Amino acid sequence: MPDQLIFAMEVTANGLLNGVMYALVALGFVLIFKASGIFNYAQGVMALFAAMTLVGIQEGRVPFAHLINAIFGTHVHHFGFDPNAALFWPFAIVSFLAALVIPITALLTKRVSILGFLGLEAITGGLFLFVWLVPAAPAILLTVLIMIAFAYLVQRFVFKHLVGQEPIILFMATIGLAYFLEGVSDLMWGSEIRNLDVGLPQGVNDWIDVTTFEALGYGLFIDNLDIAAAIIAAILVMSLIAYSQYTKNGRAMRAVADDHQAALSVGISLNYVWILVWSLAGIVALVAGVMWGSKSGVQFSLSLIALKALPVLMLGGFTSIPGAIVGGLIIGVGEALFEFAIGPMIGGATENWFAYVLALVFLVFRPQGLFGEKIIERV
Amino acid sequence: MFYREAGDFSTTYSEDNQTFPIKFDRYRYYLVLLVGAVVVPFLINDYWANSLLIPFLIYAIAAIGLNILTGYCGQVSLGTGGFMAVGAYTSYKLMTAFPGLDMISITLLSGVMTAMVGVAFGLPSLRIKGFYLAVATLAAQFFLVWMFNKVPWFFNYSASGQISAPERDFFYFINLPVTGPNAEAWAKYLFCFLFVFVLSWVARNLTRGSVGRQWMAIRDMDIAAEIIGVNPLKAKLTAFAVSSFYVGISGALLFTVYLGAVEVGEVYGITKSFLVLFMIIIGGLGSIFGSFAGAAFMVLLPVALKLLLVDTMGLDTALSTHFQFVIVGALIMFFLIVEPHGLARLWALAKEKLRLWPFPH
Repeated sequence: MPDQLIFAMEVTANGLLNGVMYALVALGFVLIFKASGIFNYAQGVMALFAAMTLVGIQEGRVPFAHLINAIFGTHVHHFGFDPNAALFWPFAIVSFLAALVIPITALLTKRVSILGFLGLEAITGGLFLFVWLVPAAPAILLTVLIMIAFAYLVQRFVFKHLVGQEPIILFMATIGLAYFLEGVSDLMWGSEIRNLDVGLPQGVNDWIDVTTFEALGYGLFIDNLDIAAAIIAAILVMSLIAYSQYTKNGRAMRAVADDHQAALSVGISLNYVWILVWSLAGIVALVAGVMWGSKSGVQFSLSLIALKALPVLMLGGFTSIPGAIVGGLIIGVGEALFEFAIGPMIGGATENWFAYVLALVFLVFRPQGLFGEKIIERV
Repeated sequence: MFYREAGDFSTTYSEDNQTFPIKFDRYRYYLVLLVGAVVVPFLINDYWANSLLIPFLIYAIAAIGLNILTGYCGQVSLGTGGFMAVGAYTSYKLMTAFPGLDMISITLLSGVMTAMVGVAFGLPSLRIKGFYLAVATLAAQFFLVWMFNKVPWFFNYSASGQISAPERDFFYFINLPVTGPNAEAWAKYLFCFLFVFVLSWVARNLTRGSVGRQWMAIRDMDIAAEIIGVNPLKAKLTAFAVSSFYVGISGALLFTVYLGAVEVGEVYGITKSFLVLFMIIIGGLGSIFGSFAGAAFMVLLPVALKLLLVDTMGLDTALSTHFQFVIVGALIMFFLIVEPHGLARLWALAKEKLRLWPFPH
């Protein structure tokens, strides 16, 4: 097999996996758009904020530390003791042993009153517990709770007041929201690049490398992380579809998406459904943020990558979940192949604009996207 | 008391149709013009020119341009930064290719070039609507910036990839440099002021004439407009052309007069598109005065925040930029919720109140 073809195959495979990531962000857009007609520009920044919060909780960073330090002249940065500090482990072991030994001896000799025993236990145990080591699972859970709280706040303070406005006004409001959230995220967690590790597999997949090497004479390099992302995305999409098809809340969501007034008249609370939808979008944003963050660090460019979900949506149609996925794959493969085949001739870095131009050209021929509902306009 | 229209009678149609039918407004307008054209140039120094007045004037042109497209014609564009870059690079190519050319011609030609590019990117607007179009204009933004970054002809094969403005004169018989290191602050200011004055006068008259009414008909409902005989092709493309002309001039001035040297991704990136969009949302969609108010607000805000947070409260600049994001975002949402017509509407309400003051009815 000629080398060029094999390279093209590798590029295609990586493009497909990148496309999965785009589709993941696009999914969040579709969810909100279907249920509330809001085209949520802030989805990308939500992914950034969610990933930042997750890192912050995992590392035990103090929120708004920079601001607090600037105002009060303090030097707070982390909760608990730094596990890398000198004397950390000796101190931890001694305090742990003390927590075990002191109460036992106290009980055996009956020299210390029960109150003193409790106090000692609290001090030593507390010191030990105050070391901040949050495993990935509870940190993710906490972040999900924060995203739900965020969904509530957004609905309560912004979009509740904008019900019935023109779509374009809502769109501009989400741009404002994106700026606001970005500022809050920077204030809370700082704007440096953070490494995110929630235990997803990293590095080149050896099995694919070896098998393709034996079959083709050239090992394809495919990142384990991309494969994990694809699998997680597939699970997420299937569970979202199942959720919207088979649960009561899911039915309410679809009813609202279909017709606000009719949904209201059968007793569905619009407010509740919208909070639900924003929470779901927040969770999808968290997943997307974790994937992109594990890949290239959590940083501001995350929200720009998410911007690329927009052409994905335009290709797939704003209202279709399968459309978001197919669109994501087309854009992922298209831009990878274009950069591979034509990029070197015209200066490279074409992935900056290829997706948008492809979507623009495509839309001229099919304005509602691949899977979008036919646009019917009335006077 | 302060704002009266009593005794102000129009006896001819042209008097009734003028932009400022109320005498008080008209005199205030003349006063502002007089101060801007005659008094300010004598008082201006480098600090005032560079941190407030020149950026305000330049962004006001961009805001008027985007307001024509978005506020009057209803086509949301996120490609303003890219179109400003077209203006800047056209003026750069003209300045270096024709050293004898004066700045007024260069700037106008840059506007014309941008108008043509704008029409090309506006063509899909006939098929694509709403935020589909908004995203489509992102194609213009990213493609244009990429092109100016990657095609060496545009930056004359310079090693750094930057463009910098050589010294050029005001007009062909006025030998007064307005670009380059030797340009005086007052000359730059007057140059921008001239463009702002002429362009806003043209914009005001375009938007209240038949072209402007066609734009507004398209904005309010394009199908209905088509049925009553507005040609959507003509209306949308003229809006794109005029808007891009303004935006291109603003981009050219930003490069030649204000910054002098430009790195395209930094200056004309997507953030610039949003900056101008925010100006018209805060200032008021569909209002020339709103464009000025919004531009003034967005130029003043960082300066005021720096004064307040950095110089007074002693926070560092990174924190102050973060606060700026939070405040701008919150203000955008606040204005969209409370007053979708922006500062311009607040101004109109204030005038209404002043008209009745001190009596409430």
